[in-house]
Amino acid sequence: MIVADKKPIEEIIEDIKNHEKVLVLGCNECVTVCEAGGKKEVGILASALRMYFLNQGKEMKIDEKTLERQCDHEYLEEIRNIIDQYDAVVSIACGVGVQFMAEKYHSTPVYPGVNTCFMGATEERGLWTERCQGCGQCILSRTGGICPVSRCAKRVMNGPCGGSSKGMCEINKELVCAWQLIVERLKALDRFEEYEDLSPIKDWSTDRAGGPRKVVREDVQP
Amino acid sequence: MRLTYPTNIKIIRVPCTGKVDLLHILKAFEKGADGVYAVGCMEGDCHYTSGNFRARKRIEQAKKILDTVGVGGERVEMFNMASSEGPMFAEVAVNMVERIKELGPNPIKLQNKKAA
Repeated sequence: MIVADKKPIEEIIEDIKNHEKVLVLGCNECVTVCEAGGKKEVGILASALRMYFLNQGKEMKIDEKTLERQCDHEYLEEIRNIIDQYDAVVSIACGVGVQFMAEKYHSTPVYPGVNTCFMGATEERGLWTERCQGCGQCILSRTGGICPVSRCAKRVMNGPCGGSSKGMCEINKELVCAWQLIVERLKALDRFEEYEDLSPIKDWSTDRAGGPRKVVREDVQP
Repeated sequence: MRLTYPTNIKIIRVPCTGKVDLLHILKAFEKGADGVYAVGCMEGDCHYTSGNFRARKRIEQAKKILDTVGVGGERVEMFNMASSEGPMFAEVAVNMVERIKELGPNPIKLQNKKAA
């Protein structure tokens, strides 16, 4: 899922202080799971903002709504008939949701309420870690299901660099070396001989190096 | 024992302080409460293992938010005591009411009254 973290309330206050009617808009998907932008966080943020502005003596209408997703036309359409009641939206969906919202409703400014961080997993409640960088050419079949693109600081493709020490990465002693994990995993799978196979040069054009990307699937297009 | 404690406290019973949500606390202030405190079991004595620890974390979150919005984090507190500690319950109630009276009314309530 896409992992996001809450923005400080002060930052959001600064963004919306000159507006009068604001909609705090949450998303029921990834950001709900990482407890940054779901229905509950909408309630908390809206309540805090209402109290702040009321305390400042400023009349503000701050409403709450949470959509199933903000990255799909059909769900964003659900606010079409209410959007004119507001002069700004604080979207606490990921950056995708914020942008799609902004594209769809040109005349209403949209402010992000979270910092979108990465694609990752919930290791435990309150701990999310990166697992994928969407490089567009998945190599997990060769690396025992452990990704050197997202989990190695240098994104090296053929074994650990010289900074790997006792299984840990040189940039942070608490960070496990991805290649150490790959070696251990290949051994456990009894496929260690594959470690000797050289990876071909990776085509980074499908990564961000090729600019913004898109997936076109004519087979499913209407 | 027949102990007394201030009558301006409204007790909301929950099965465990772990049930107390951050949103419950914030809504209480939005609706004009001058102070909110949670009274949970002793740490390590939670019937649901960690409910009172969760409550403490939420109280801390509420403090931060209330400080940010200008209501004041000192209006929320968490206390731990055993169900047999009636005298302490009364003492905490008195102390908390004193603290809130010193702080004065919830500024949100005052603003709401002004607006009305």
